[in-house]
Amino acid sequence: MKNGYLPFEKPLAELRDKITELKKFTQEKSIDMSDEIATLEAKAARLEEEIYGNLTAWQKVQIARHASRPTTLHYIRTIFTDFMELHGDRLYGDDPAIVGGIAKLDGRPVTVIGHERGTDTKDKIARNFGLPHPEGYRKALRLMQQADKFGRPIICFIDTQGAHPGVEAEERGQSEAIARNLREMAGFKVPIICIVTGEGGSGGALAIGVGNRLLMLEHAYYSVISPEGAAAILWRDAGKAQEAAEALKITSADLKALGVVDQVIPEPKGGAHRDPMQQSAYIKEAILENLQPLLNMTPEELVEDRHRKFAEIGRYTTIVPT
Amino acid sequence: MLLKDLFRKQRKYATIPSPEAKKEIPEGIMQKCPRCGTIMITKELEKNLKVCKSCGYHYSMTAPERIRSIVDEGRFFEYDEDMVSEDPLGFPEYKKKIKADMDKSGLKEAVITGEGTIGGYPTVIGVMDSRFRMGSMGSVVGEKIARAAGRAVDKQYPFILFSASGGARMQEGVLSLMQMAKTSAALEKMHRNGLLFVSVLTNPTTGGVSASFSSLGDINLAEPGALIGFAGRRVIEQTVRQKLPDDFQTAEFLLKHGQLDRVVPRHELRDTLIKILEFHAYGRETQ
Ligand SMILES: [Zn+2]
Repeated sequence: MKNGYLPFEKPLAELRDKITELKKFTQEKSIDMSDEIATLEAKAARLEEEIYGNLTAWQKVQIARHASRPTTLHYIRTIFTDFMELHGDRLYGDDPAIVGGIAKLDGRPVTVIGHERGTDTKDKIARNFGLPHPEGYRKALRLMQQADKFGRPIICFIDTQGAHPGVEAEERGQSEAIARNLREMAGFKVPIICIVTGEGGSGGALAIGVGNRLLMLEHAYYSVISPEGAAAILWRDAGKAQEAAEALKITSADLKALGVVDQVIPEPKGGAHRDPMQQSAYIKEAILENLQPLLNMTPEELVEDRHRKFAEIGRYTTIVPT
Repeated sequence: MLLKDLFRKQRKYATIPSPEAKKEIPEGIMQKCPRCGTIMITKELEKNLKVCKSCGYHYSMTAPERIRSIVDEGRFFEYDEDMVSEDPLGFPEYKKKIKADMDKSGLKEAVITGEGTIGGYPTVIGVMDSRFRMGSMGSVVGEKIARAAGRAVDKQYPFILFSASGGARMQEGVLSLMQMAKTSAALEKMHRNGLLFVSVLTNPTTGGVSASFSSLGDINLAEPGALIGFAGRRVIEQTVRQKLPDDFQTAEFLLKHGQLDRVVPRHELRDTLIKILEFHAYGRETQ
């Protein structure tokens, strides 16, 4: 739809068009219809509340995948200063699906890493739409090891459909690259904050996701499998992705309730793409708030804190033998 | 906890029961090799560690069979044997499927963990069983493996884990995904403590299991012909739109690409593990 509206936003889009038209008309004709306009605006506000206050999991997935949703580089450039991008895994190549480097957060040097989906078509293709190869994960690992050495906090932005499914990725050890990151991240002696900003696609997302704190944007999703993939397996019908999205419990509120996410970061009405600068401000506030207590911990406490966080995730029970 | 451990340790390791043995007999006293078609008497096949006598095809082993084939005199002390899955998401059909797999396999979950001696070396052992939810990892599998690694740290024992898994368990959603981090973090602690972790990848080891603990061995071994990989073959074929080589994502393929230390035929596995344990026991206090 035009103006980047999603299908479920149609009634709101139409109402806003009507208000704009009416305003233009009254100006041109110099007539006063301010009462009518006020009524319509109140109606639009109610409709907005109704739509955005009751988003389904699938609608949130649509927002998380919105073509204009801000990407990692937007957040890095607006939340931090002095960003210096660093390239390559020193083994094979430089994967543009993951970006990373050193920047300053209110003057403090930090290491920033994130999946980068790209902005225009050319950029998106060059970055493989944010689907990393093993060298992307190994670059991230190298930059995190560098941060660990120099005592810099690590901030990770998670936004990928998943690790790239391809022949070369398998040949170069996609599994090993992800697994190693999980293990190494568990042991770093610096604060690690991870933020799911868009799509949290399975192992490819988790590979930069083992932090002391996991934050998540309101309309982001994080899942063990894509809703389409789950629907194909469960019902042999990728078209049932909506049902799968509900069943998989993938929204920020679900993950908070499951004890996986520590804090949900609000989004501007309609999603981050409606006001990217406001979104950056919200994220920055959350990073600062969560980083402060971590900065007061010793290196050993940070490792312990991270181990405890993941040790506690999961639900199981024991049966008493009869 | 400590007292209980001591008390339990003094008990003789129990011989692992084999509830599945009874069930397999009515299913057929013969087995046909899926690779070469050779028919073998089930008992003969089992005696041959479930390896085809003509072509060397490695049939899947159940977790109890695997344990019996690896530990000394089949003696094994099981950890967390009463841990079972919940249905944290209220996922369609999940409880029913768990119950069905329990009945079918005689297992409570897709992994058995515990300890035994191998060639006299006390070792923490984990074995996955692909008959239970395709060996997928949910909260119980993750927790049992993480606890087993924790026991290895407490006791300063090596840990050998046999994986057989289709990956993370969809029905527990993101909680399953997080078990990848939980198990890897537990192994980080072992790693930091200078303890040996050997991963034995058996058919199949894919997805989230391949991308977590099973790739983190100080030594990674695999059985011949085992399917090992991150992404599914069909997904890759759809993405790259090309025919994949026949040996794609086999143990041999991974060995060629530097992703494995060795491919070890099942008949040599126990001796290979004993040799590895011996290398790493040198200079350590015997307990
Ligand atoms: Zn055969």
